[in-house]
Amino acid sequence: MNHYPQAWGRPRNDVYGPYDHSYTHSAMPKTHTQSPAVTGTSVLGVKFKDGVVIAADNLASYGSLARFTDVKRIRTFAPNTVIGFGGDVSDMQYLDRLLQTLEINENYLSSSEHSLNARNLHTYLSKVMYKRRSDFNPLWNMMLIAGFDEDEKPFLASADLLGTTFSSPTLATGFGAHLAQPLLRRLMPNDEESVKDVTKEQAVDAVRACMKVLFYRDARSMDKYSIAVITKDGVDLKEDEKLENQSWAFADQIRGYGTQVN
Amino acid sequence: MASLMHYASLHSENPAYSFSEASTIPHSEASAGPRQHAFYPYTDNGGSTLGITGETFAILAGDTRSTSGYNINTRYEPKVFRIGDDDSSPIVLSVVGFAADGKALKERLDTIVKMYKYQHGKPMSVKACAQRLSTILYQKRFFPYYVHAILGGLDEEGKGALYSYDPVGSYEREQCRAAGAAASLIMPFLDNQVNFKNQYVPGSGEGLSLKEKPREPLPLDAVVGIVKDAFTSATERHIEVGDGLQMILITKDGIKEMFTPLKRD
Amino acid sequence: MFRNNYDNDSVTFSPQGRIFQVEYAQEAVKQGSVVVGLVSKTHVVLTAVKRNAEELSSYQKKIVGVDDHLGVALAGLASDARVLSNFMKQQSLASKLSYGRPIPVERVVNMIGDRAQSSTQHYGKRPYGVGLLVGGVDDLGPHLFEFSPSGLTQEMLACAIGARSQMARTYLERHLDKFADCSREELIKHGLLALKESLAQDKELTVDNTSLAVIGVGSKEGKRRVENFKMYDGQEVGPLLEANVETSGTGEGEGDAMETDS
Repeated sequence: MNHYPQAWGRPRNDVYGPYDHSYTHSAMPKTHTQSPAVTGTSVLGVKFKDGVVIAADNLASYGSLARFTDVKRIRTFAPNTVIGFGGDVSDMQYLDRLLQTLEINENYLSSSEHSLNARNLHTYLSKVMYKRRSDFNPLWNMMLIAGFDEDEKPFLASADLLGTTFSSPTLATGFGAHLAQPLLRRLMPNDEESVKDVTKEQAVDAVRACMKVLFYRDARSMDKYSIAVITKDGVDLKEDEKLENQSWAFADQIRGYGTQVN
Repeated sequence: MASLMHYASLHSENPAYSFSEASTIPHSEASAGPRQHAFYPYTDNGGSTLGITGETFAILAGDTRSTSGYNINTRYEPKVFRIGDDDSSPIVLSVVGFAADGKALKERLDTIVKMYKYQHGKPMSVKACAQRLSTILYQKRFFPYYVHAILGGLDEEGKGALYSYDPVGSYEREQCRAAGAAASLIMPFLDNQVNFKNQYVPGSGEGLSLKEKPREPLPLDAVVGIVKDAFTSATERHIEVGDGLQMILITKDGIKEMFTPLKRD
Repeated sequence: MFRNNYDNDSVTFSPQGRIFQVEYAQEAVKQGSVVVGLVSKTHVVLTAVKRNAEELSSYQKKIVGVDDHLGVALAGLASDARVLSNFMKQQSLASKLSYGRPIPVERVVNMIGDRAQSSTQHYGKRPYGVGLLVGGVDDLGPHLFEFSPSGLTQEMLACAIGARSQMARTYLERHLDKFADCSREELIKHGLLALKESLAQDKELTVDNTSLAVIGVGSKEGKRRVENFKMYDGQEVGPLLEANVETSGTGEGEGDAMETDS
């Protein structure tokens, strides 16, 4: 034993040579997520007079590689809130775990039927996202949160990796914001006032039609998808839907790609 | 990209490996350290706000469109908020710029004003709130809230009060202010219509001897008219402004909120 | 001479299984002036008698508004109550900020209960010398909880704590069946009458010594909204006293009506 506490417990220099400190330091500085890895594409959501429809396909891409083809990107949170995730899949799984913890705590702490509604969850998630972006360690997701608010009216809102939030009768993330949102908005000419005129069937049909358009045009999409219909009675989640009645007739009208130039 | 650079090395004198050899392959990116796709923590959600004070009132207004690039996120996302307790507090805040920061800022100020009332048993004055808001913004001087804030209310004498801020907290009390995407379109209009800039008394002289039209406090209906004109014009010329106009009016009788549609194109 | 050896700290049991320091703390509650709380299906009312330490001093604050949907009435050490009400205020703001939801009443009551309990398990701590009646409204309607220095919390239909509170409790027990269907005004009346019961012979309820607060389940534009915490203090209680309690000249000769506790 010597008089240098920093040497205690270390291999003796005279026996093993000088201690190599490089093992305790990595060559690079600590980094946070700078870009997403395995990602999901668009999520769509539409309100109707007594609920909300939300859909996303079952693909998780690794860059341009269709890496996982059976990934459920729509998660439910009891009793009737549904969250659709776009963006990084591992961050989605982290958030899902966070929400499960929250749900368990919520059920444990209250003796009665108190529960967080969709608006409460959206607020919570947006705070998590904003906190992480402020720490320069973002969760690389775009989410749609669907369900009911405290007045039991349909609720649909989004939260993203910057902590930005907004709500609208129709919402679409990623590619869907360009391709699906304009189509969905045709259902709601007067925004919120139009919601009461839209039936469940209309909303579901519109969402399914948009999923097809997205499959035609979004290279990071696939023809298997999940769709959830949220009403007061609960959540009807179908996780293994196939796109039907595809028509590729338009394809040979397209000019300008591949070998066919003119 | 990286794979192409590896391919180039096949034609050098060195033996070719299918894996990269950091020491032998001259790699422009490697020498610059790890490739970084930096995360940028801000975005611009567009929109515009403005505030005007009169003798006995203050009005704050903002359009309700929220954008990301050329996309419209939603047609209804208010930018003007009441601060403090719903019934007793005569303070209103508008924020435009990065919406997430705006919301965080609004909630922080709201909490502070509520705590003030809880601790002191009286509502916070607009003057105190204005100073506090400046401090909040300056505390984040090196990672700012990316917003242009305008705070409105009634001062201790019951006169309309308006304070405008830059993102890092420098602030000033003013008669009127426009902020946000269409600020450069609206502000000159307000200078002319509210502060009578470039308006002269007819026949009062030539050149430098022209007398400026004297400033006088405007009545409420005139101010509401100016606000609506400012936003219809901004909607016409700026793509990030439109959908709806939210106005909050503060008088001694309380706070009134008004909504007018704007063009949605 | 007998000396109790088991009351030097609040973490030691006596051989009979009692913690004397906690019981002494409960005596502090009985020193405080009386507070009454009661609930109907729609409202919760808190009433209190305020004391002034001397003729020249102001009156003790007995009811604290914690949030729009939450208030407490205290009996015992006011400074201990302030620690608790500050904590409740913080928790309720945190709930609003994180979830956009007013904190459920039971939740926040359990939190202060846990805090009080911790003083019986950590050496060197002292129990809170105050009892609280916590009134609030949440999704499940109006609630009244009693909090005592032992950390015990229980939901009550009506309750009175503080000096001479037995008389008020007797009144409350006698009229218990009526409370559930009481209107706002009737509930206030019962609150004031119960309070009056526990006054000493020569004392009266006056605008100076009476505090009252109401929280209710309200509605706005057909939606369920909390009727915010409203405190009646000073001159504001005058009309309520006149309407509900026969007094010999409320308002006149305020100075003479003042009581001085010793």
